Amino acid sequence: MKRFVLLFIVLLTGYAQAQLTNITISKGVDNPTRIAVVPFNYSGPKLAEDIPEIIRNDLNFSGQFESISVDKMISYPQSEAEIRYRDWKMINAEYLLIGGITLQSGRYIATYELFDVAQQKRVLIKNSVEGSDAQLRDMAHRISDKVYETITGIRGIFSTKIVYVEAFQKPAKYRLMLSDVDGARSRALLESKQPILSPVWSADGTRIAYVSFETNDPFIYVQNIATGRREQVTNFKGSLNGAPAFSPDGQKLALVLSKDGNPEIYVLDLATRVFTRVTNHFAIDTEPSWTADGSGIFFTSDRAASKAQIYKVTLATGQTERVTFDGEYNARGRVSPDGKSLIVVNRREGDTYHIAALDLKSGNLRVLTETNLDESPSIAPNGAMLMYATSSGGKGILAAVSLDARTKVKLPSKQGDVREPAWSPFF
Amino acid sequence: MITKAMKQGLTFAVVMAFLVGCSSSDSKKKPAPAPAPAPVVEKVEAPVVKQIANVVYFEFDKYDLTPESRAVLLAHAEKLKASSVAVRLEGHADERGSREYNMALGEKRAKAVRDFLVLQGVKAASLETVSYGEERPVALGHDEASWSQNRRVEVKY
Repeated sequence: MKRFVLLFIVLLTGYAQAQLTNITISKGVDNPTRIAVVPFNYSGPKLAEDIPEIIRNDLNFSGQFESISVDKMISYPQSEAEIRYRDWKMINAEYLLIGGITLQSGRYIATYELFDVAQQKRVLIKNSVEGSDAQLRDMAHRISDKVYETITGIRGIFSTKIVYVEAFQKPAKYRLMLSDVDGARSRALLESKQPILSPVWSADGTRIAYVSFETNDPFIYVQNIATGRREQVTNFKGSLNGAPAFSPDGQKLALVLSKDGNPEIYVLDLATRVFTRVTNHFAIDTEPSWTADGSGIFFTSDRAASKAQIYKVTLATGQTERVTFDGEYNARGRVSPDGKSLIVVNRREGDTYHIAALDLKSGNLRVLTETNLDESPSIAPNGAMLMYATSSGGKGILAAVSLDARTKVKLPSKQGDVREPAWSPFF
Repeated sequence: MITKAMKQGLTFAVVMAFLVGCSSSDSKKKPAPAPAPAPVVEKVEAPVVKQIANVVYFEFDKYDLTPESRAVLLAHAEKLKASSVAVRLEGHADERGSREYNMALGEKRAKAVRDFLVLQGVKAASLETVSYGEERPVALGHDEASWSQNRRVEVKY
C-alpha cells in the first residue's frame, strides 16, 4: 500500500533555475536606521561570496535598516584606530560595521566590530564567525543576526530558511523548493507533474509535511530535510487529506480528512499512528494550526451561515469558540510566536483578500497588506515579519510585511508562479 | 480538439434548446391560446447524441447545481446507468481565498455532482470524487472571466 514514489523526487544541489531575485523594498519604516557596512579587510584569492554585501541586503530586507552603499562611503576603515567619525556623520550613518576575513588551515574566519557614530563609541567587541568556503553566506547571515539583535533587541532571522511551492504551466510541473530566507541557494525537495501544497515545518526545523497529488490523489507526506527521506502518513482515498500542522512538540500532526462524510480536523499521533477526531460538525472544518502550548487548535470553519471564520478548540475539553468576527471571510489562522496575535487571510465586504493580524485579547483586526489576492501567510520565528503569497504582473510572487505593517517587501521570482511560503523556525 | 469542443458546445446547446422548449415559465405571457410549437430540435441530429459536455460550473463560493449543470448531469446519468463504467468526478475552485479551504469547496462540488448522479440511479460505487481545489485552473487570468471557468467539476471517464 505504501508506495515510495521516488520517481518524482529530484534532489538538486547547487543553484536551481528559479531563484527569488531582486528583493525590492516597497515601503520601509519612516526613519530606518542607517548603517554603513564597510568592505571587509581581506587579501587573498577572490571569495565566492561578498560577505559585507550579504549583510547590507539582509539588513535592508528587514525594512528597519537602510544600508549605505559603498560608493557613498568616504573612507574604508579596517580597524577602530582608522575610524574618522566625521566621515560617517557626514553621510548620516548611525552605525558603522567594520571587519576582516582571513583564511587559516582551510577555514575562513570573519571578525567584525560595531560602532555607534553619534556617540563615537564601540557597541560590539570584536566578534568572529568561521566556516568553510561553502559556508560564507552562513557566516554573513550570522553577522547580520548579531548586528540586528544588538541594535533592535530582537533576534535576527537572516539564518532561517523558507520552503515554498513553484508551479509551471504547459506542461504542468510543481516543485517544492527550499532556500535561504533571501532566496539564495534554492534546491528542489520534490518535483512532480501533479500539485503540491500546504508545506509546513516541524518546530525543530528537521522535517516538513506537505500534501502531494503525485499518486493522482492527495495524501500527506512527512519529509526529513537533511536526508530527503520521507514517508506517506495518510492514505484515505476518496477523501481530503490536507492541511497538515505539526504540534509544538513535534509528536503529532493535525490535519484534515473528509473520510467520515465532510472535512473534519483530526490529530495523528506520529508514534502510534492513531488518528483522533477533533471536530464533529457538518460544515467544512479545515486549516488547523496549534496554539503555542499545544493545548488548542485554531481552524477555519464555515459553520456560521456558510461563511468562513476562525474558531479555536480546546483539545482537553472539546470546547469550541469563534475567534474572528471582522469581515466576511477569515481563514488560515496562525498564531504569532508571542501568542498575542492571530495572522489570518481576511476579506472585508467590498474589498479583496488581505493578510490581517487579529489581537486575540481585544479582538481588534488590523489589515497588514495592500497587495491583491493575498494568501498563505507564514510568520518569521522572531514574530517581527511575515511572508505571504500574492500576485504581481499576473504572476504569483512572495512578499513580506512587518507585523506593524510599516515594512513591505516583494520577492519576485525569475520563472514560474511562486507561492505557499513556509518560514522555518530558528535552527 | 477544437472539433470536439464544438461538438460538445452544440450538444449542450441542443440539450438546452430542448429544455427551454419544454419550459413553461415564460414571464411575458401572451393572451393568444396558440398551442406551443413542437421543438425544432427533432430534425437536427438523426442518431442518439453520444457527446455530452464533461464539465459543469458553479457560482462563486457555492456548490449547488445550476439548472444547466443538472441537464448535463442527467445525460451523464443515463449514459452511466446504461453501462457499468467508472467515473472520476474532479472538483475545482477559483483562486480566491485560502488553498485548503478551496480544496474543501472543490470536494463539496464533486460530492454535489456525485449525490445528484446517485439520486438518478447511478451506482455510488462507480463514482470516485477528488478535489483539486484551486491547484489546477483551466483559465489563468485574475478576473471573473477566468474564475468562472475554474469553478467546475469535471467528469472523467
